[in-house]
Amino acid sequence: MKAVNRAIAGWALAGIAAFLFLPWFTVADGLFSLAVPGALIADYETASGAWQVLLYRKPELLAVLAALLAGLLVARRDPSRAQAWLLIAAGFGGAFTVFLSGLGLATLPPTAAGAHLSFGWGATVVVAALLVQGSFGLARAGAFRGDLFTSAVAVISACVLLVFVAYPLARGLGAAFVDDAGGWRVSAGLARVANERVWSLACLSSGSPCGVAWNTLFLALLSAAGTTLMGTLLALAEFRSNWRLGKAVRLLTPLPFVTPPFVAGLALILVFGRSGFVNQLLELLFGISPSRWFYGLFGLWLAQMFAFAPVAYLIMRGVVQGMNPALEEVARTLRASPQYTYRRITLPLLAPGLANAFLVGFLESVSDFGNPIIVSGQYGVLSTEIFFAIVGAQFDQGRAAALAWILALLALAVFTLQRVLLGSRSYAVLDGTAHASAPLGLPSPWKHAVLVLAAPWLVFTVCLYAFAISAGFVEVWGRDYTPTLRHFSRAFEVTFSDGRWDLTGLAWHSLQITLKLAAIAAVLTATAGLLMAWLLERNRFVGRAAIELVALAAFAVPGTVLGLSYTLVFNTPPIELTGTGVIIVLCFMFRNLPVSVGMGSAALRQIDASLDEASRVLGASTAGTIRHVVVPLLRPAIASSFIYSFVRSMTTVSAVVFLVTAETELATTFIIGRAGQGEYGIAFAYSAALIVLMSVSVAAIQWLVGETRLVRATRPTHFAQAAQ
Amino acid sequence: MNGLAIRGLGKRYGGVLAASDVSFDVPEGSLTTLLGPSGCGKTTVLRLVAGLETPGNGSIHVGGRDITALAPEHRNVGLVFQSYALFPHLTVEQNILFSMQAASCSEAEARSRAQAALEMVGLAGLAHRRAPELSGGQQQRVALARALALAPAVLLLDEPLSNVDARLRRSLREEIRALQRRLRLTVVYVTHDQHEALAVSDQIVLMHEGRVVQCGSPEELYERPRTEFVAAFMGEAGVFDAVCTADRRVWLGPLEVAGNHAAQPGPVRVAVRPEAWRLGPATASGLAGSVLRHTYVGRAIEYILATPIGPVLAFSPHTAALDTGAPVSLSLGQHGVCVLRS
Repeated sequence: MKAVNRAIAGWALAGIAAFLFLPWFTVADGLFSLAVPGALIADYETASGAWQVLLYRKPELLAVLAALLAGLLVARRDPSRAQAWLLIAAGFGGAFTVFLSGLGLATLPPTAAGAHLSFGWGATVVVAALLVQGSFGLARAGAFRGDLFTSAVAVISACVLLVFVAYPLARGLGAAFVDDAGGWRVSAGLARVANERVWSLACLSSGSPCGVAWNTLFLALLSAAGTTLMGTLLALAEFRSNWRLGKAVRLLTPLPFVTPPFVAGLALILVFGRSGFVNQLLELLFGISPSRWFYGLFGLWLAQMFAFAPVAYLIMRGVVQGMNPALEEVARTLRASPQYTYRRITLPLLAPGLANAFLVGFLESVSDFGNPIIVSGQYGVLSTEIFFAIVGAQFDQGRAAALAWILALLALAVFTLQRVLLGSRSYAVLDGTAHASAPLGLPSPWKHAVLVLAAPWLVFTVCLYAFAISAGFVEVWGRDYTPTLRHFSRAFEVTFSDGRWDLTGLAWHSLQITLKLAAIAAVLTATAGLLMAWLLERNRFVGRAAIELVALAAFAVPGTVLGLSYTLVFNTPPIELTGTGVIIVLCFMFRNLPVSVGMGSAALRQIDASLDEASRVLGASTAGTIRHVVVPLLRPAIASSFIYSFVRSMTTVSAVVFLVTAETELATTFIIGRAGQGEYGIAFAYSAALIVLMSVSVAAIQWLVGETRLVRATRPTHFAQAAQ
Repeated sequence: MNGLAIRGLGKRYGGVLAASDVSFDVPEGSLTTLLGPSGCGKTTVLRLVAGLETPGNGSIHVGGRDITALAPEHRNVGLVFQSYALFPHLTVEQNILFSMQAASCSEAEARSRAQAALEMVGLAGLAHRRAPELSGGQQQRVALARALALAPAVLLLDEPLSNVDARLRRSLREEIRALQRRLRLTVVYVTHDQHEALAVSDQIVLMHEGRVVQCGSPEELYERPRTEFVAAFMGEAGVFDAVCTADRRVWLGPLEVAGNHAAQPGPVRVAVRPEAWRLGPATASGLAGSVLRHTYVGRAIEYILATPIGPVLAFSPHTAALDTGAPVSLSLGQHGVCVLRS
């Protein structure tokens, strides 16, 4: 066999091995519970593909085996067009056969034998092998400049995105248009959401609540405006003043990243809730009895301010830092005072960044689930409305999907706007060369704004975190402030009995599962992100834009929508994943994949493509080039991807709230559940532990991999004093 | 006095002395070049004059007025950055109007001044374009027009030709010089290119490691360099050991170095420009030598000659090349020979 065909033979063999030795369907108790080899033959449910064919009357799988064998045979010949077309036909044809058999599974009546079976390891590996085979055929036919590896990565990426992003979103959202009889009608979808609960504007004229769509929009506008303003002031404080304030701001930057977003809402309840500080103080001083005045728009807005202002700060930070300081200097030589310069030069140049921060803030607000579920009171928003449509007595899939449409359209519109804006004018960016110029320090009116607004905000944030962490260690917040470890030990108790350590605390189960799933997802995301970034950045081919778009859709669409789609779509054969850890890992992965791809792309753009080319000229294969040249240079980006994905997976709640079960409970849903039942002690103790754990993990990974710089720093060492 | 006067200017950045005891005058209506290698402090001096940095010591006077303590916007000094620094979000016209709007000029006056400035640099039709749409040369002219719109007392140019194509440099430098003469501008021009400095300047201030090494007309610096550094920086120069005899005549081998010089009897160092050598037949009197290498470079032939005083680089316009190994006799011309001090 030719060396050049080794990959083809290898994959064909892998597929055949899976066909013979892996169970075709999912095994209820996990792969390792099988009694090998008996179970592979004797039991219909756990038999491998080969025995399905021979014993259980699934002759269509014979076609699959034939396709795999064809691949093996073809590997013995020279590359030729005949070989190419044979591989394409066998590979994609075989995969299509599996798809058809899956359809057959899907349409089995529920009472038929084996109606509950869905594809397992055997089927998955076989399909993968067949798709790779087809992609090799494409390469041999001339696509992707004849490169087998690139073709395989492209085809697998496209299929994976199709099956796990495009299909669930389309079908999940499509459930909105399925009427009660099971038919498909647009009017059914419209009828579900064309009611007062969604679109009423009554709150403008009377005391009754507005529709949830308007609520969501209004809140998002307020949040976006507030977070953008605060973020800008903080960024200016850091870079344009020599106060210690600037340094304090920097210390705060990683905090919101490692904290679940709903902690802001929870912590605010400590201060403003019925038993919170403020209410107690009001009662003490003015005799006002404590009420739930905080819950509603104001509370929600405040919670989102604290949760998302740091995101705006990070965005504005990059913009402020990247602005060319020579422009401000030249303005000074043109008779402009510092105030005039800020008004006519600095601010307009920051405008694209401001717009970007505004849109991102809008998106975050619209997708937020954790804070509304805790703080919104009577102020309904779309994400919680979707949740209540599924969970609880209603269980109206159609209504949930219809509401998800509104949310998705809103988010996608804003997201598209942001991309268009970002792609166009990027003003006055530093070109990386050294500059003698120093940026202009804040003039007086701005300094006052920063002092009056940003400084208290910072102090309040620190206080909030302090409260959030300490609330887990007092008896009952609001009534009894005796320090105690009771809540903490309830959550994380470890007992020693019968010579073994037992994790008896309530939180261990969810923590272990979350850690395991987040870690697996992070590894997959970093790897897939790197490969996809390389694919999109270094190759041009038909369908590239489509792949990028679908990957982005999983990111742009609010987590609630993606989670909902997954739960609606993957709960029947042939791909039945609901209730397993797999679906959660997939959800994590596709939510974070675009950011991972973005990090990889940004890093790749800084590496000259001629390095890849030099490697190829020296004889390395594409895969070898990636392994020996690209990966070592991309190590910081890979580490950043891993950290980002891991931490986001640990702290996300909106996407997974539909996917968790008693067996696969996650830390965040556990906390929210306890908070919902009023058990704030254990909720905060767990949150505190989570924050500390995430901070330590991030620090540890960064230390292990070496300095991972997420921002290229070409910072001036001083700045010009504004007042003279 | 009018014009610019710098006295004892010094600036330290942390542990580094970027400029030390810098003093020179720029007469009104003339062009002075701050020349020197990278890191010599010329850009620092420029930024100090513009007011973008505060000096550690020294003073700056414009038109007889001490401006050392003034903020940049009050100094009436114009600055053109090396990167032009045109405002990307404003059109060409708005860029030029900026200073007048900052100074609260009336709209009519501002517009007429802007129009005049554009015409002055020959860009009258481009008022409504934006900076990224312009070529490098056009951007530079806009930057010039913008700096000149409010008729500053002093104009500072930071390496104006460094971002320009080599072919355009000659024509652009002549344009700048013509503009300066026509408007009688007081200009400080910073560059690291000695050819440029020689071509455009009324006066050259040569700096090295934060200090002024020599200050004078282009001819003075080229023909009568004070130190080896100056001689080598202003152009090619061979530096040789010579002797000053008791009768105050300086001998470079058998050749006498003519001209006024204040040398003391004893060993001296002499700088000789390659074009100062005259090559004659071996039979003529002078310094004996032989050709080691020759290179044809178009306008001349470069020779490396072996002589008793060491290897000598000589440029000769002879069309008939001398072969390697040919014996020659060297003598010195009138220009390009100088006895160095120190």
